[in-house]
Amino acid sequence: MPRRGVSLSKGARAGIVLISFAAAIGLILFGIFGYLRSSPDVVTATQSTSQPNTVNLVMQVDGAVGVGAHPNWVGYWVQDANGVWHQTTLVKVPVNTNVHVTVYEYDSGGALRNPEWAKVSGVSGGQVNLNGTEDAIVNPNSPGNGIAHTFVIPGLNVTVPLYGVNGSVKNFCQTGPCNLSEAHTTTSFAFFSGSSVHSYHWQCFVPCGLGYLEGNGGPMQSLGNMAGFFEVVK
Amino acid sequence: MAKTMNFPTYSSEEGKKHARNIVAIWFVVAVIADLIVWFVYGPHMPPGTMTDQARGAQFDIKVVSVMAVPVLLFLWTFGFYAVAKFRGGKDRAEGYYIKGNVKTQAAWYIITASLVLFLAGFGTYELVLPAGAGGGEGPSPIWRPSTNKLLQVQVIAQQWRFTYRWPQFGGMETTSINLPINTEIQFNVTSLDVIHDFWAYQLGVKADANPDSNNVAFAKTLETGRFTVRCDELCGIWHGAMFNYGHVVSQSQFLSWAQSMEAQNASVTKLLPKYATTYTPSYLGAGGGYYPAGDPNGTLN
Amino acid sequence: MAIDMSQTTGVGRGGSSEGGGLKKGPKLNAFTGVLVGALGYLFGHWMGNAIAGGYQQVVGSGQNDTAILLGFIFGTIGFFLGLGILNYPLQKMTGIEPPTDEPEQAQGMMKYFRYTLDNKVVGIQYLFGMLVYFFTAGLLAMAIRTQLLSPTNHIWGPATYLEVVGEHGTMMMMMMTSVVMGPFGNFLVPLMIGSKRVAFPRLEAAAFWFTPAAYIILLSALWQGGFQSGWTGYAPLSIQQGVGQDAYLFSFGLLGFSMICSALNMTATIINYRAPGMRWSRLPMLAWGMITVAFTMLLSVPVLIVGLYVMALDRSAQTSMLYAGHGGSSFLWENLFWFFGHPEVYLLALPGFGVVTEILPVFARKPLFAYKTSVAGMIGVAVLSFFVWQHHLFQSGMNPDMRPLFMLTTELISIPTGFLYLVGMGTMWRSRMRFDVPMLFVMAVFFNFLFGGITGVYVSDVPINVTVHGSYFVMAHFHYTIMGQLMFSVMAAIYYYTPLYFGIKLSEKLGKIHFWTMFIAFNSTFLPLFALGLLGMPRRVFEYAQRLQHLNQWVSVSAFILGLSLAFFAVTFVWQLAVSKPKSPPNPWESRGLEWQVGYPVPHGNFAKIPVILAGPYEYGDPNALPVAELSAVGAHSASVSGGDE
Repeated sequence: MPRRGVSLSKGARAGIVLISFAAAIGLILFGIFGYLRSSPDVVTATQSTSQPNTVNLVMQVDGAVGVGAHPNWVGYWVQDANGVWHQTTLVKVPVNTNVHVTVYEYDSGGALRNPEWAKVSGVSGGQVNLNGTEDAIVNPNSPGNGIAHTFVIPGLNVTVPLYGVNGSVKNFCQTGPCNLSEAHTTTSFAFFSGSSVHSYHWQCFVPCGLGYLEGNGGPMQSLGNMAGFFEVVK
Repeated sequence: MAKTMNFPTYSSEEGKKHARNIVAIWFVVAVIADLIVWFVYGPHMPPGTMTDQARGAQFDIKVVSVMAVPVLLFLWTFGFYAVAKFRGGKDRAEGYYIKGNVKTQAAWYIITASLVLFLAGFGTYELVLPAGAGGGEGPSPIWRPSTNKLLQVQVIAQQWRFTYRWPQFGGMETTSINLPINTEIQFNVTSLDVIHDFWAYQLGVKADANPDSNNVAFAKTLETGRFTVRCDELCGIWHGAMFNYGHVVSQSQFLSWAQSMEAQNASVTKLLPKYATTYTPSYLGAGGGYYPAGDPNGTLN
Repeated sequence: MAIDMSQTTGVGRGGSSEGGGLKKGPKLNAFTGVLVGALGYLFGHWMGNAIAGGYQQVVGSGQNDTAILLGFIFGTIGFFLGLGILNYPLQKMTGIEPPTDEPEQAQGMMKYFRYTLDNKVVGIQYLFGMLVYFFTAGLLAMAIRTQLLSPTNHIWGPATYLEVVGEHGTMMMMMMTSVVMGPFGNFLVPLMIGSKRVAFPRLEAAAFWFTPAAYIILLSALWQGGFQSGWTGYAPLSIQQGVGQDAYLFSFGLLGFSMICSALNMTATIINYRAPGMRWSRLPMLAWGMITVAFTMLLSVPVLIVGLYVMALDRSAQTSMLYAGHGGSSFLWENLFWFFGHPEVYLLALPGFGVVTEILPVFARKPLFAYKTSVAGMIGVAVLSFFVWQHHLFQSGMNPDMRPLFMLTTELISIPTGFLYLVGMGTMWRSRMRFDVPMLFVMAVFFNFLFGGITGVYVSDVPINVTVHGSYFVMAHFHYTIMGQLMFSVMAAIYYYTPLYFGIKLSEKLGKIHFWTMFIAFNSTFLPLFALGLLGMPRRVFEYAQRLQHLNQWVSVSAFILGLSLAFFAVTFVWQLAVSKPKSPPNPWESRGLEWQVGYPVPHGNFAKIPVILAGPYEYGDPNALPVAELSAVGAHSASVSGGDE
């Protein structure tokens, strides 16, 4: 049979094949660990020094996180025990614990698509502290402010509407992490982490993915922005 | 050319023997299997017996199974028999030269066609009888329960949670669902954004939730207990987490639950839009839409 | 891609008997194609930014669909320019008469990286392309099953999980439409019908080169944030997604063009290039499979392309055709998609039947039973496939009065598919079956497809559909019909045809290890999924009920074994092709098929002289059967008609 092209010895062919297999496996491992397994930081809630069985969690919501691949997406930052802000939505809390949450909201708000989410639920006392006053419902139709985001953990039935910054203020935060000198609202509340070890998903019910159809694309469907997990651990 | 080939002779008597064997084995196995399917597995077939619709679906699965299992077993019997008996040996013999058989072919066409036509007819009957068999029938259902005393439950799907509105209880909206027993229920399923699907497994109800469209499904509750509600149409990141549990309870329990929810929710019910079969997102002032505030539908933003 | 290219090592010694230097003009190949394609992408991306950079939704989201789509368009055009695919049509259009003789064929491996007019080279390009696509999508399936080992722990994030699911589904569903027509149809049909060439070699070659472009673009979605809409891409979710969705719609569209090119060539070849005496009643079953598939493609794929075009417009120019509130409707996409989507599942099933009915008589040593019924079955499936699409939408809330009709048409499909069981059983009846590896896979196809077919009756029954729609039951159903039927057929064809393609007979021993592990692991993976579906597990979920954990773990472990079995195949296949090269006698299966009569290597131009067909290809068991054709022997190793020096 006439042979054309390069003719290699059997050993050389075996070598090429083996190297190719190794390269393929390398590519697969790179795909897995370099891409598929990547995730935002996980922040552990800080143990309270004053109250037993209580952890503290300080978060902020920014209109634009300002960094990363999507600087103009909305997103959360969470403060760790050393006061460092991490752009993440992955939070670790212990079981059977009261989680004291303080959220600084730096984004402007509006009416709700489903006004049902204006009602506070699942938090201790049934009320949240918004800028110093206790509320069971946050009015989504208040002129200029409205609701910017909602903090909802469906698995624990927690719903907390986050009051928006008035759209006419001058000192809007443009890039995260924002600081308290910029316009914000403060909401604080506590919820109970439950008795079982579980990873509860949490999300926002304000369609805040600007530029995406119905507002629920982009940051709303990305871990680290408006979608995350509360990992309840032992 | 055929010097290496071996052409044995085949007798038709032997063929009849094979056919008798296959039919005999199949018949015995199929009867046993059908009895097991109907009596042992039948009562445990999904989706259970909680509603009229679930019972209808369970009956359907049983009927289709007792018809399908013999078909499966016939082909298996044939296949295993063929593998065992119709093997070529070391003699490398050629097979029986037949290219068709009118009677066998005609029998096959007639049997498969009758099975299929029966199943289509039976399926249609079962679809019409328990008011659409629990499936979503769109905004104007053609198969309805005979009564007009229906509990109206609106299922509002949104990324990524179901909420329920109760027009007969002041138009309140809840995140949980309870249903009274022995009641015809009309589910009005709609969505505020993408396509979802309301699947109440034990109720035998499934209806897509389409934006700007009402999808009606009926169920008549017959037993108390817990049921699962899951989203069954891919809707984005939290599709897998979009579920909750509901309960079918006694009528008095349901009434007291509904009335207390109505009272608890009064303050937020005032904020809700007027009850309607569909809600257009931009009317509700959704943020982050495609359309500018000058859009005729987006005036609230 | 490294593995892809190396696989052809040592294989590229096909039969061009012509030597000679290259003519004028640059040597264009896949690498120049990629280079020009990359430039094209950059140009398109720049243009998109210039056009749409100021659009409100681009400013808001920071993502520019227009730029990505124009980048893909110009990138693909560049790739084709760089490969030289457009030389001929451009010359024609500008009035320059292109050279009429065939372009010079490259030697050795290199010819597989070039645009070629040789149907056999295209067939082998397709074979390795398809294996790469299949294994990529298969690896993604492993990732899915890894996630589902636990009901609550997350190996991947929920978004990543859905991206993986979407990539797996789309890659499999779009690429595998060509897994038989590409490698086997293109290579074998001209040989089977006694033709020296295909009707439209340029279309055929272009059809292949669409596939690597589609593959790379589809995979690129993972680096663009993926798409979470699954392979069905239901609007408005698909309009809401980020730019990864553009990769989905564009690559699927490219594959659509590939299918149309391929199908045009296939229909024209089979209709017009049959040798004298190759009557329709003698046409080999694989060719029947190809022509029915090709017609189905020609009628269904344009609808997909239109749908994807509408989706592209909605995403880039906000035409709002696929979502409610502004004149559009989410039902429009569902209808357009499934009008293509249901014929598509038969695009996947029919070639499998073609392969099975082609191979079965050879190993049963009997004529194909009820040849006309078999053909009628294929045509019946192809025709009915256009009248069933709304059975995917039984619960969607569209016209309920159509449900009995679609239930009926769907169940009617059982009749023509039942024909194929009749044909299979009739052929096995009193046969002398030889259980070589290809035959084992053929038997497995009948076994597996039975589950797929019978569960199809459950799925089509509307009251049962209420429970099983969108659940793992449906998922198991179509994996049985596609993986269990099509991929097992493809394996049968690979084991069967390697002697003809490469002069190599794959080891029976290794083949049997592969077969039994794959067969058992496949059933062990997918049978429990029926139960999972009936127990209430929806598709495409990253979390599920705790009570379903054990079943899911069983499935995952079986899936890993299935993956290992396929990896075993890949390794042994490449090793035998490239390293150990076990030589095959010509026509080792003693087939009567015309394709086996030309010997290995198949000569350039297939036949020295157009053969005259004397008999059908399946006249086994008849001592007086005429040889299948009269052909002047060409090539050193041409076999005698009855196949062989034992």
